[in-house]
Amino acid sequence: MSELRTPLTAWHEAHGAKMAPFAGWLMPIQYEGILIEHQHTRQHAGLFDICHMGEFRIEGPGAAEALARAVSHNLETLAPGRCRYGFLLNASGGVLDDCIIYRFGPDAFMIVVNAACAAGDFAALRERLPHNIKLTDLSEATAKIDLQGPESLDVLEGALKENFHDLPYFAFRETSFDGAPLLVSRTGYTGELGFELYLPSHKAEAFWTGLLGDGRVKPVGLGARDTLRLEAGLPLYGHELDEKHSPAEAGMGRMLTSTADYVGKAGAQTIREQLVPLVIQGRRAARHGDALILPGGPQVGRVTSGSFAPSLGCVVALAWVDAAHADQEDFVIRAARSELAARRAQLPFYKDGTARKKL
Amino acid sequence: MSKNPADLLYSKSHEWARLEGEEAVIGITAFAQESLGDITYVELPPTGDELAVEQEFGSIESVKAASDLLSPVSGAVIAVNTALEDAPEKCNSDPYGEGWLIRVKLAEKPQGLMDAAAYEAFCATEAH
Repeated sequence: MSELRTPLTAWHEAHGAKMAPFAGWLMPIQYEGILIEHQHTRQHAGLFDICHMGEFRIEGPGAAEALARAVSHNLETLAPGRCRYGFLLNASGGVLDDCIIYRFGPDAFMIVVNAACAAGDFAALRERLPHNIKLTDLSEATAKIDLQGPESLDVLEGALKENFHDLPYFAFRETSFDGAPLLVSRTGYTGELGFELYLPSHKAEAFWTGLLGDGRVKPVGLGARDTLRLEAGLPLYGHELDEKHSPAEAGMGRMLTSTADYVGKAGAQTIREQLVPLVIQGRRAARHGDALILPGGPQVGRVTSGSFAPSLGCVVALAWVDAAHADQEDFVIRAARSELAARRAQLPFYKDGTARKKL
Repeated sequence: MSKNPADLLYSKSHEWARLEGEEAVIGITAFAQESLGDITYVELPPTGDELAVEQEFGSIESVKAASDLLSPVSGAVIAVNTALEDAPEKCNSDPYGEGWLIRVKLAEKPQGLMDAAAYEAFCATEAH
């Protein structure tokens, strides 16, 4: 089976991107190089094709109450024009997916989900929502483009001739691009000031090339997206989040403030393992799946993500650790080619991100 | 593609050897560094190590990948490029120059390696 193509895949191929399959899609991994794209996003503005992610619309009388029983998000305190991060859980509190929910009105929402989980998420939501609640898959008709970096605000305002200084973190506004609806959301996955932008698929290429017309913007592939999110301490589904782990184990327990009786609530605070951030000595990286041991002792966990951190100049990792040993300071990682000394760190690894900056 | 110098010999695992009398300088090719992407770490052997042909003599890591280094020749390691400890990116920017890896005192005449034209044809079959 061949990979799915986004509305921008042809552009990536024509512009020399290194392409690879990701979650069933043919996606750009890098254009100029991961390090250059990473640094450019931290210093200026990076543009990301995120069209592979899924978007569903949820609406109808009683949608708020019904959705609040289907997901972990606290919808009571979510005002129209705001969005919130949270989880779709299985019955035992394991994470089926992490997702952002946008509120348009009392009973009108959009949920944005991971590409690899989209089909399962749709089925789970359809099963959990009463039949009078309309659930529509907008994924194919919707392009998602992320503009991230300290200069992203100026770039966006210049391109749309519109002021976005009044948009707080995790707020969004509906506007237009070339006569088509455009949703501007002040969110992202890099730790930097930035925007996630949703518009009709057929406008994606015009919007993409328009933004790249600004000299401060470079296209950025999934390679740098991964190093940026790891430095920012943001979880990646399938690595730091999965069906076997609760949100609390991933350090997200405190955000579970919903008073609704949602699916998985009882198990959502269960802690058997904990996600521990680590800084590794030397330049050799730990990788997903490497065993974590106590110095001279037994295996107590395994690495979920690990990489050289370009903005820090060292190697960082995240790891699941048995709760009984999660307070240890020093660990050893059995990497493919040698043992690496690792020490507990604090998230985010990169602390100078501009994401929450007051505008 | 004429980026591979004509005076070098090349292996199927994408290392090059520059013969200088009884010695050879070893590195990775432009094709290898492009495939790996941004290189973040290079592990090299101590001087004095005896290498056989296709023996692993170290490893190289990029942001996204890791790969073993295989010797294209047999002999003793007499020098290693210690500059790569702090600047592994030299393997990206100058794989045939400042990004060299090791210098070997040859135990025998190298065999079975490709010239630049044959190596480029080989790379064309690997890139898809």
